[in-house]
Amino acid sequence: MSSQDIPEETLPSKQGDTREGAVTVKGDPFADPGLPPHEHRVQDIDERAARRSERAVAFMFTLSMLATVGFIAAYLAIPIDKNIYVFPLGHVSAMNFTLGLTLGVALFCIGAGAVHWARTLMSDEERIDERHPIEASPEVKAKVMADFAEGASESAMGRRPLIRNTMFGALALMPLSALFLFGGLGPKPGTKLRKSKWAAGKMLVNQNTMQPLRPEDVQVGSLTFAMPQGMSEEDHDFQVQIAKAALMIVRLRPEDIKDKQELDWSVDGIVAFSKICTHVGCPISLYEQQTHHVLCPCHQSTFDLSDGGRVVFGPAGHALPQLRIKVNDKGYLEAMGDFAEPVGPAFWERG
Amino acid sequence: MSTAETKAAGSKPGRKAPAGERVADWADGRLGIYSLAKANMRKIFPDHWSFMLGEVCLYSFLIIILTGVYLTLFFHPSMNEVVYHGSYVPLQGQRMSEAFSSTLHISFDVRGGLLIRQIHHWAALIFLAGMFVHMMRVFFTGAFRKPREINWLFGFLLFFLGMFTGFTGYSLPDDLLSGTGVRFVDGAILSVPLIGTYLSMLVFGGEFPGGDFVARFYSVHILLLPGIMLGLVVAHLILVIYHKHTQYPGPGRTEKNVVGMPLLPVYMAKAGGFFFLVFGAIAAIAAIATINPIWEIGPYRPDQVSTGAQPDWYMGFAEGLIRVMPGWEINIWGHTLVLGVFIPLVIFPLVLFAIALWPFLEAWATGDKREHHLLDRPRNAPTRTAFGVAWIAAYFVMLIGGGNDLWATHFHLSLNAITWFVRIGFFVIPVLSFIATRRICMGLQRRDREKVLHGRESGIIKRLPHGEFVEVHEPLTQEQLHTLTAHEQPKPLELEPEVDKNGVARKASMGQKMKVRLSKSMYGEDKFVPKATAEEYQEITSGHGHH
Amino acid sequence: MKKLSARRRHPLAAVVVLLFALAVTGGLYAAFAPAESAKADDTAQSLAIEEGKKLYSVGCASCHGTGAQGTSDGPSLVGVGSAAVDFQVRTGRMPMQQQGAQAPRKKPVYTQAETDQLAAYISSLGAGPAVPSKDQYSPDGGDIAKGGELFRTNCAQCHNFTGKGGALSNGKFAPSLEDVDPKHIYEAMQTGPQNMPSFPDTTMSQKNKKDIIAYLDEVNTSKSESPGGLNLGGLGPVSEGLFGWIFGLGALIALAIWVAARTAKAKKS
Repeated sequence: MSSQDIPEETLPSKQGDTREGAVTVKGDPFADPGLPPHEHRVQDIDERAARRSERAVAFMFTLSMLATVGFIAAYLAIPIDKNIYVFPLGHVSAMNFTLGLTLGVALFCIGAGAVHWARTLMSDEERIDERHPIEASPEVKAKVMADFAEGASESAMGRRPLIRNTMFGALALMPLSALFLFGGLGPKPGTKLRKSKWAAGKMLVNQNTMQPLRPEDVQVGSLTFAMPQGMSEEDHDFQVQIAKAALMIVRLRPEDIKDKQELDWSVDGIVAFSKICTHVGCPISLYEQQTHHVLCPCHQSTFDLSDGGRVVFGPAGHALPQLRIKVNDKGYLEAMGDFAEPVGPAFWERG
Repeated sequence: MSTAETKAAGSKPGRKAPAGERVADWADGRLGIYSLAKANMRKIFPDHWSFMLGEVCLYSFLIIILTGVYLTLFFHPSMNEVVYHGSYVPLQGQRMSEAFSSTLHISFDVRGGLLIRQIHHWAALIFLAGMFVHMMRVFFTGAFRKPREINWLFGFLLFFLGMFTGFTGYSLPDDLLSGTGVRFVDGAILSVPLIGTYLSMLVFGGEFPGGDFVARFYSVHILLLPGIMLGLVVAHLILVIYHKHTQYPGPGRTEKNVVGMPLLPVYMAKAGGFFFLVFGAIAAIAAIATINPIWEIGPYRPDQVSTGAQPDWYMGFAEGLIRVMPGWEINIWGHTLVLGVFIPLVIFPLVLFAIALWPFLEAWATGDKREHHLLDRPRNAPTRTAFGVAWIAAYFVMLIGGGNDLWATHFHLSLNAITWFVRIGFFVIPVLSFIATRRICMGLQRRDREKVLHGRESGIIKRLPHGEFVEVHEPLTQEQLHTLTAHEQPKPLELEPEVDKNGVARKASMGQKMKVRLSKSMYGEDKFVPKATAEEYQEITSGHGHH
Repeated sequence: MKKLSARRRHPLAAVVVLLFALAVTGGLYAAFAPAESAKADDTAQSLAIEEGKKLYSVGCASCHGTGAQGTSDGPSLVGVGSAAVDFQVRTGRMPMQQQGAQAPRKKPVYTQAETDQLAAYISSLGAGPAVPSKDQYSPDGGDIAKGGELFRTNCAQCHNFTGKGGALSNGKFAPSLEDVDPKHIYEAMQTGPQNMPSFPDTTMSQKNKKDIIAYLDEVNTSKSESPGGLNLGGLGPVSEGLFGWIFGLGALIALAIWVAARTAKAKKS
């Protein structure tokens, strides 16, 4: 027999006719009938059901205790570098998996126990609280206004405007000193954003092999990244410098180059472009060797390397800067100067 | 005074009070806890799942603080370069910042460190998602109306600050993904006219990336922003208690009362229990799903990048704006105006603030100065609901834009086509969803009206003696009738007559005219379906069996 | 039969019928769809240019021209080398099923022996990168950490941090590298298939390539470790966000509904 089938006689008699909060307007079919009468749960009238609930709550609290013991055991016993295969998660850290699950169960069971307790054993009779307006009563307001007027007149602020005005002036100026203190956070921009480590005579060093590049190393359709000769990862300002100097080298067939200046600045179709996107500065190097487009992986600006690095799609505002290169007398590629314009994102003084 | 007297009277002379009571007495003498408890111990909270969304946020915020404090014990907010010699093989011998290597240390060499990191990050994503949904619940039910406008703003500010707290935290490990995000921040700062370069130098202590931003973001992430947020959370909760919770309309529920369960014991057990449920669920998620595996991502280098570079979801809206904006750039008089970056930077807060300011617009257009504690059903406020849906549509269109590359690869679409879709969709989809939502709301209002007047369709088909088939409609109970008709219907504002009673002419100001026009467009005659009146109802029910 | 008709009205009946119909259609499709008939390795012939040329004129010449000089439908194959042939044919990219933005990886049509014959024929037309030997492409002995750095510099921009793939412009994409044969990864770097640029030995040494393969072998196979749990496709914040919304917030809302719901009332009678 299910506990749901409770004979009617064991149910408490229905509540009286007067309901809490009822607003009875004669003849209004939509009038508020007030709170519906409270109905009892199985647990309220069947002690066996209540005891079952009690056991369920206690079971969850006990499970939580066991899980905590499990957590401590796992913390102490499992080697931190041990990996296990768990379907369908894959090869996961045994420690992370066990600690997380035991902690999760320990916490969850406390919550589930408390909620089950509240839902089945604590009273579920709805109650009513009255609300009171937030606004103060007119008497309170009048009192406050009077107090304020009294206080204000005692301060003599209204009668002595000189004090008032100079005080406001002082308070308004004071934060300026704080503002100036923040000036120490960084240097003035100066020409820092305009210059990179590239200079005339600096060879193009291949970032994979750390060797200077020769024209014959660079094949049509290949992609190579280079940095200026003399730079090293150990330099203290390496990150700042590579953020401007990073270079991407591709080789096109000279007849494919549409832009005259690009052709002039290249060596046998080898062109060197800044790797830093002119939009907001992501390293852009998704080079499609058949279309000669490079795509930025961050915001999808697309540049055409066969046409002076022109923007063909996306949010970038100007072409990729090209580095003018030549072959030196030892047969290596070298820069003929710095980039002609600032690399990376545009800024107010860029012009 | 009165408490002391009752206490003296209540406890029998010559017998010591139980220990708990003595502790409470001690505290009351110093803190006045009895008066506080008198007002609040049996305070009523209405029960509804949608009222617990705020609790999801509160609890995930607490979890973030707890786990965050733990992480600070191990994390080194430094950009000094080190060579890694820890236990993760694929990075051994690599140069990286101390911030990155200490994050690897937390993940691989601290017992339980990876779990706490993952709980922290998952809780952050859920915190922001929870705030978003909670805010939408408040919006669509009109819970922001007087007296709760300030609390609505507090909540909105929490969402707004939460985004930046999340972003600064995501940037701390100095990994290749977050570094790319910081690079974007630098580009965005540089786009600010006049002072952009100066700001950039100040933020990064020189040129990007410099050696300072991790330490600076660290103090912003663990001190400044969470401090402000904690204050706002406390204020938010105090106001919730002070105002008492709103409730859905229903029998026995009025503007003057609040119906529900008392704080002690039911609500305390449910809310307290829910904290453990939330924490347990997030811990379990952290056990089974990885988040931000920085060891796969690698240390940041400004010349390296990965495809699929996205911020966490809550910044996806900004990411979408920046991705789909055309590359406008104006060069005049030796200066560059980087509109392609600056416009999204300005639109981003404007769109977000649009929803924050709606309550004030609505109060202005309705001229309603009363308190509201009964919630609206979204259908009964068609213009507001339509605006909310349009706002969400704009937000989600931009989220799609923020992940355009992944949608492209996973649905075999062209990246460029998605970008164009988002460019157009950002303007068109909100308008369409506004129109559609308002119509749907009015359709639902009409259905409510039918239901009140003619009863519920029972699904029972009856054949009448002369062969006609009719569906039997069951009349609604009085509870249902009341619930469906309890709401107020809006009346648009009217301009006051140009000539008043005394024959003195006066002109309506521009502002007033605008207000009336707005009010009419929001609440005019064709913007709602008149609800059933008692007279109509009686007329129909008296003509018995007449459908 | 009576039972069946009684259950026909069950709410789940429609779902069952739908599933059944889907299964039948799928099965029929699989049975009748043009099967990619694997060509039998009929002879144990050694590499022969003649055989390769025959295969070429049947399977490739329509797009690449009878002398492999290229047509409007396909590029010239003179000088692409045997590595390119091996990569394109053995990853199933060639022959193409249809013209499109990009030829995707699929089940190969030609056997290794036939591919070798084709490769022999193509490399007889002009010198190009040769198929690498096993000790060149084997991940054994590669420097994983160095490979990771090289991968992030040269490859991750298109293929993602751990080689999960990514989008390119106008519907093109960089494919996932998961469980791709190291030999094919090596060949792809050498030859630059389709829109991928090449990374010839002159700019990326053989040791560099071996390191990259060793890195991929460590982080991007079905056996790779993911200490934190499910890696959610390795796609980063987008999939994390979706997971957080659906399973994180979704689970919490489900819990909230349970917490707030009224407990079942006792039934009367």
